[in-house]
Amino acid sequence: MSYLIEGETGDWEVVIGLEVHAQITSKAKLFSGAATEFGAEPNSQVSLVDAAMPGMLPVINELCIEQAVRTGLGLNAKINLHSVFERKNYFYPDLPQGYQISQFLEPIVGEGVVTLDMPEGPRDIGVERLHMEQDAGKSLHDQDPKCTYIDLNRSGVALMEIVSKPDLRSPAEAGEYVRKLRAIVRYLGTCDGNMEQGSLRCDANVSVRPVGETELRTRAEIKNINSVRFVMAAIEHEAERQIELYENGGEVVQETRLYDAIKNETRSMRSKEEAHDYRYFPDPDLLPIDLEQSFVDKIKASLPELPDATHQRFVDDLGLANDDAVTLVADKETADFFEAVASASEPKLAANWVLHELFAILNKDGLSIADSPVSSAALGKLVALIADDTISGRIAKDVFEVMVTDGGDPEQIVEDKGLKQITDTGEIEGMIDQLINDNPDQAQQYKDGNTKVAGWFVGQMMKASQGKANPQMVNDLLKKKLG
Amino acid sequence: MTKDKKSLTNLTITEARDGLAKGDYSSVDLTEAHIKAIESGRDLNAFITETPELALERAKASDERRASGEAASGMDGIPIAVKDLFCTEDVQTTAGSHILGGFIPPYESTVTQNLRDAGAVMLGKTNMDEFAMGSANITSYHGEVKNPWELDDGKTRVPGGSSGGSAAAVSGHLAIAATGSDTGGSIRQPASFTGIVGMKPTYGRCSRWGMVAFASSLDQAGPMTRSVQDAAIMLQSMVSHDKKDSTSVDQPIPNFEAALTGDIKGLRVGIPAEYRLDGMPGEIETLWSQGIEWLKAAGAEPVEISLPHTKYALPTYYIVAPAEASSNLARYDGVRYGLRVEGDSLDEMYENTRGEGFGPEVRRRIMIGTYVLSAGYYDAYYVKAMKLRTLILQEFQKAFESVDVMLTPTAPSAAFALGEKMDNPVQMYLNDVFTVPASLAGLPAISVPAGLSDDGLPLGLHLITKPFDEETLFRVGGVLEEAADFTAQPSFLGGQS
Repeated sequence: MSYLIEGETGDWEVVIGLEVHAQITSKAKLFSGAATEFGAEPNSQVSLVDAAMPGMLPVINELCIEQAVRTGLGLNAKINLHSVFERKNYFYPDLPQGYQISQFLEPIVGEGVVTLDMPEGPRDIGVERLHMEQDAGKSLHDQDPKCTYIDLNRSGVALMEIVSKPDLRSPAEAGEYVRKLRAIVRYLGTCDGNMEQGSLRCDANVSVRPVGETELRTRAEIKNINSVRFVMAAIEHEAERQIELYENGGEVVQETRLYDAIKNETRSMRSKEEAHDYRYFPDPDLLPIDLEQSFVDKIKASLPELPDATHQRFVDDLGLANDDAVTLVADKETADFFEAVASASEPKLAANWVLHELFAILNKDGLSIADSPVSSAALGKLVALIADDTISGRIAKDVFEVMVTDGGDPEQIVEDKGLKQITDTGEIEGMIDQLINDNPDQAQQYKDGNTKVAGWFVGQMMKASQGKANPQMVNDLLKKKLG
Repeated sequence: MTKDKKSLTNLTITEARDGLAKGDYSSVDLTEAHIKAIESGRDLNAFITETPELALERAKASDERRASGEAASGMDGIPIAVKDLFCTEDVQTTAGSHILGGFIPPYESTVTQNLRDAGAVMLGKTNMDEFAMGSANITSYHGEVKNPWELDDGKTRVPGGSSGGSAAAVSGHLAIAATGSDTGGSIRQPASFTGIVGMKPTYGRCSRWGMVAFASSLDQAGPMTRSVQDAAIMLQSMVSHDKKDSTSVDQPIPNFEAALTGDIKGLRVGIPAEYRLDGMPGEIETLWSQGIEWLKAAGAEPVEISLPHTKYALPTYYIVAPAEASSNLARYDGVRYGLRVEGDSLDEMYENTRGEGFGPEVRRRIMIGTYVLSAGYYDAYYVKAMKLRTLILQEFQKAFESVDVMLTPTAPSAAFALGEKMDNPVQMYLNDVFTVPASLAGLPAISVPAGLSDDGLPLGLHLITKPFDEETLFRVGGVLEEAADFTAQPSFLGGQS
């Protein structure tokens, strides 16, 4: 089921390649010892190197190399034992050196693959390369009517640029690709994936072509998109803009565009003619990176389980439904939370509780799973109480509500409020006998063939037992007694 | 040894070290004498910034160390000059450029820090070609430097460049020694022009941290002194493995001074045929032959060798060095430090700042460098130049399988008069023809004063050795120095009037 845009002249296909910039999780910058903490006072995390003072030299932060290799391995990609830092030259006030140290001809990571879990099945998207580079500083245009202020805190922060092949064919795939990539780097601990803080940003290369055409047409690059939703919206609008252009006899020009989330449109930033000639050349201040295979092997051996493997295990070993597994592994915190709940109870029931009851609460209050008001241990206990028939699912929801609002241990709550399920056959039978005695008319209706009245009896039973009677037993015994 | 302060400016490091140790004079005495010499020699324009108070303070500290028996090294208490390319803590550093006018670094370059730690006393910052780009010290924003050597034709001679201020200061006895930096010959050529010793160690021996960059893959600090032994002593206090410079090497550091044994028996001295240029002045040719004879007489064996790619060295250098410079100098944009000339837009501010801040030679090299890195020209120029650089290196490596050292002239002429060769940049670039190949290959090399031109101006001979074989370089240099017995003095000597 492919994504096609219906135009005046026929159906169009959209071709997308993404460049994702992921900030490497590291306390220090790529080539200096300055800190990288988010939200610090402007220009409080700037070393002499970051400010490009005369005579200052970059020295590679080896942890960043390790993180890039780890990410490459997580993308099933080829690790290049030899790679080279080059200078990308251009002038901008927030680029103190007048060049960005990046990798160009020889990146540290080569081709890899990311598998997307699309509703219609898995889709493999090629990764072209991953390279390391420095981030620039920030220009603040809104602090003064006439002047631009510069904050160099980000200057020199280590980024990984992960470039996909033009394999994506819909906004949904693009969105899923970003989500999946984010999940992978979070599992790996190589990037916190925080798009609001700019730790993960994305450029989208978008072109369109009539269905059936095999050549790639001219693309436009949409820069610096900072949410999955905007990635999808920007691509959708850009594709429509391009189709309209072609259908009105126009041509798409190769250019850089910006996505305006407020107006929901893309607009031109600079054309190919204005494009920089970056004059890349190997940075003579830095030696090439030459890695030992053993270094790579060591990192490989220490890789955590990644989302695809976790997904597989949840389905194969824990018996979860595919869709549930997809949702649970989408981010590492959720998967870990679920695993903790499941290990204390029963996996399928645990999945249900995490995906429905817990997510409902989190969504309602706009909380992340890390801020969950109910701990995984507590939820695990609650689900265990359902699994061993101590309480019913119905009662469990009440207990859960108490846990959310007042906190507390589920076993204690059940104990204190006397919510233990009634599973004693004799007790339930007694209650049913009483009920039939008190309501002979309804009992007669059942006998006369109106079996629907059984539901009424169940309701009355639950009311009488304050919800504590085991529903299955009530059902079974009612049928026996009424029939 | 006399305590007459006039003569305190005639000392080598070796002599001053001994005099200080014996208590013949103090570092303050030496420093005061040189401060006076600098004052008397201001006409040379050798210094951009003089730091007499700082010098006396450090000299006093040195004397106190010595008094308590804690002299740091052979350099302790020795007054030296520092090329204005080295960033010096709290002392203006301009690299000879208007664009760095008033720039006062809050940090000290590794090389000058090492010298400070060794106890050396900085007298001031010496003039230089702007960003070390030049071979005559005429491109400095702070004006041209005069060579202390004059003839009676009334013309001023250039001191060479780019370390022209350091060369003039050492030659004119304004400082006992000075730091220089050498990218394509910037230590060795001015040393030859001013009759002193100039030495460039193996690339990576001295940290580049805190040196204003010209061409990162070529820049290397080195000593400029009045004797080969001095160069060995001073280099010892400059080198270090520095983690702040990724290209600094972690190699054992020998005792350079101890290498001066005077024994070069059996050493094979390569004489590269390709250094015999068409139209080279006869006096250069004669001196070179003389040098060969001297080394032969000392027991070495001259060997004719061929380095066929030599002719590509200069064009290669003038692609690689400007390419790196065009990028290294991008940081001087008027945004954070140094000169800013306002404009109506950001681009205009850049243009105004860089247009006024850089002199014509620097602008020329930025243009050349930008051009050779541009899309469409990169392969034809930069990539090809890098390939040639590899070939030149390999050629040296191969030659050093059969020889221990090479002997060549340092420069194709003696110091020329101010105003000569100035309208044609290529003519000026030819000054570096003998020094550039060793720079491209990262090899250690030294210029030793060896004789006078027919006119009576100093000429140097140039030695090159294998990477990290500075010991052989100093050993052969010492023998050459002794044989040449160069005692001629420049017409101006600080502190003598």
